[in-house]
Amino acid sequence: MPLKLIVLAKQVPDTHNVTADAMKADGTVNRGALPAIFNPEDLNALEMALEIKDRIDATVTVMTMGPPRAANILREAMYMGADAGILITDRHFAGADTLATSYTLALGIEKVGDVNLILCGRQAIDGDTAQIGPQVAGKLGINQLTYVEEVVNVDKKSITLKRTLGRISETVQTSLPLLITVTSSANRPRTFGAKRLMKYKKARTSLEAEQEVKQSSTTGEYGMEILLEEIEQKKKGLKSKGLFLETWSADDVGADHEQIGLPGSPTKVKKVQSVVFAASELKKVEPTPEGIREMIVELIEDRTFG
Amino acid sequence: MAKQPENVLVFIEMDHGKVAEVSLELVCQARELADTLGVTVDAIILSGTNVDIHGETIISYGCDTVHTVCDSRLEFYETLPYAKIVSDFIRESKPQIVLFGATAIGRDMAPRVASDLRTGLTADCTDLQIGDHEDKKQKKTFKNILYQIRPAFGGNIIAAIITPEHKPQMATVREGVIKLSVPDKNRKGAIKPFENINWDELQFINTVLERTIHEKKVNLKGASIVVAGGGGVASKEDFDLIKQLAATLGGVVGASRAAVDNGYIGKEHQVGQTGTTIRPKLYIACGISGAIQHRAGMDQSGKIIAINNDPEAPIFNVAHYGIVGDLHKVLPMMIKAYKGKS
Repeated sequence: MPLKLIVLAKQVPDTHNVTADAMKADGTVNRGALPAIFNPEDLNALEMALEIKDRIDATVTVMTMGPPRAANILREAMYMGADAGILITDRHFAGADTLATSYTLALGIEKVGDVNLILCGRQAIDGDTAQIGPQVAGKLGINQLTYVEEVVNVDKKSITLKRTLGRISETVQTSLPLLITVTSSANRPRTFGAKRLMKYKKARTSLEAEQEVKQSSTTGEYGMEILLEEIEQKKKGLKSKGLFLETWSADDVGADHEQIGLPGSPTKVKKVQSVVFAASELKKVEPTPEGIREMIVELIEDRTFG
Repeated sequence: MAKQPENVLVFIEMDHGKVAEVSLELVCQARELADTLGVTVDAIILSGTNVDIHGETIISYGCDTVHTVCDSRLEFYETLPYAKIVSDFIRESKPQIVLFGATAIGRDMAPRVASDLRTGLTADCTDLQIGDHEDKKQKKTFKNILYQIRPAFGGNIIAAIITPEHKPQMATVREGVIKLSVPDKNRKGAIKPFENINWDELQFINTVLERTIHEKKVNLKGASIVVAGGGGVASKEDFDLIKQLAATLGGVVGASRAAVDNGYIGKEHQVGQTGTTIRPKLYIACGISGAIQHRAGMDQSGKIIAINNDPEAPIFNVAHYGIVGDLHKVLPMMIKAYKGKS
């Protein structure tokens, strides 16, 4: 049996140049208004998983929870070398905080079953909470090691890795199963393989397959049965070519609806504001020896120096 | 039945034989919150050796009761046993608020504890306040709850997060955002061992093959003068000018993320939301444009000098002295002027 690895990844809005306009009135994020990217540190986690796969017999599955378009990062993961992608999507997940999200992801991991190692980025750039990794490990009741920089050695039962926790760098050996979070300094994620790109750009989630069939089908309202049959055929075709991206709903993973989405989230956003800095009284200093000397004298006199 | 006291609890982190500064900052913050709420401040500290002497320090900053767990196996942090002990202590003592430092350890453990207790956690808070929350849907008002204020969305916005219906309300708080109050050596408090621990249940399953403790080379937080360089510095050689000015003024070298990303200087020098939050007497920003994330880490400085060749750079909005000009010319002038006057 190959070692079974799961990489948890998130599609995130590119948080550079964001204004308060990108926020909805209820304080949640209007993700649609921003370009969506593969969370950078999740790419480091994926790279680490792929490096393990390069060394020993292992399979790498990338799992993401998000809206249907998060399938794009699953395809990107396939271009890089992942074996499979799973999209967990359901409108009932909307508004989930880290507790509800980790509950859902843990159920997804349990549905996959017998996973040896779970990897995820240290944190996502939209929330910067760094909570999902530890909370998924907590929900699964397994050990966690955060801030991992290098996997030194791994076999079926144990793993040796290097991590930095504040001022302490450790080489730690521990048993599997385990969840690790990976930092950006761990590696440089590989680029897409050209052949893999050609192949996996045709990979489709269940939802995408359905939509494509519906759009191209000529059967009208009377042809519902035919349509469903066509969808089944399409999925079968994708599966046989390894191009099917599993798509799971809340019910597919057996989620308790009280523990997902807004109802399952203890934290609420009360208020969102733009960042406001107290404006200082700016004194313009000329970039000349005289101007600068004057400033230095002022700072010596008001005892800022010394 | 008597009502639970619902205290404010602080997890105390040890930093190589000393109480981590962020933990003392949290005790100060907890004191303020507890006074507003009319409750007391508890602290819990896990360590490998007796820590009663540190208990006194913690009390002097405003804690009422310090709970200690002392065992040689706890000398170095390990997630599972630490998280289990802290979760069990919370279950037993039922605080209404629990605070952790947003350090590597705090951010490793707090999510696990929150998940175990099935409550909310807000990461990396920069401010905490007590206030009410009206839930219009439920037509219910939650009195005296914790506003957990933090930057969100890459630091572009500030969000107030609440955990209205779950206890405890948990937060990790960034180092340096709370000002330490003056300790009161005469303050009275209790130091008590927490003994309700089932040691056989604890999983010590990590074997550390090698451990290196890095010296804290840079003391950005303790510096009264910080000279920082940013993306406007053209090369590593040019960054030497920043170092020279810092050396001349007896200051410490800081950097923006851009300078760190460019490889001019190590990450331990980074000032800002993803680096260190500081409030020195004097901050000199050289070639730093002043992204929100950077300004949030230094805008509380006593005096700020900004040097930039772009007069529109946002750093000038928080600066007290603005010099529009070329670093290569301005920095040597400053060195010369200072040497001539001091």
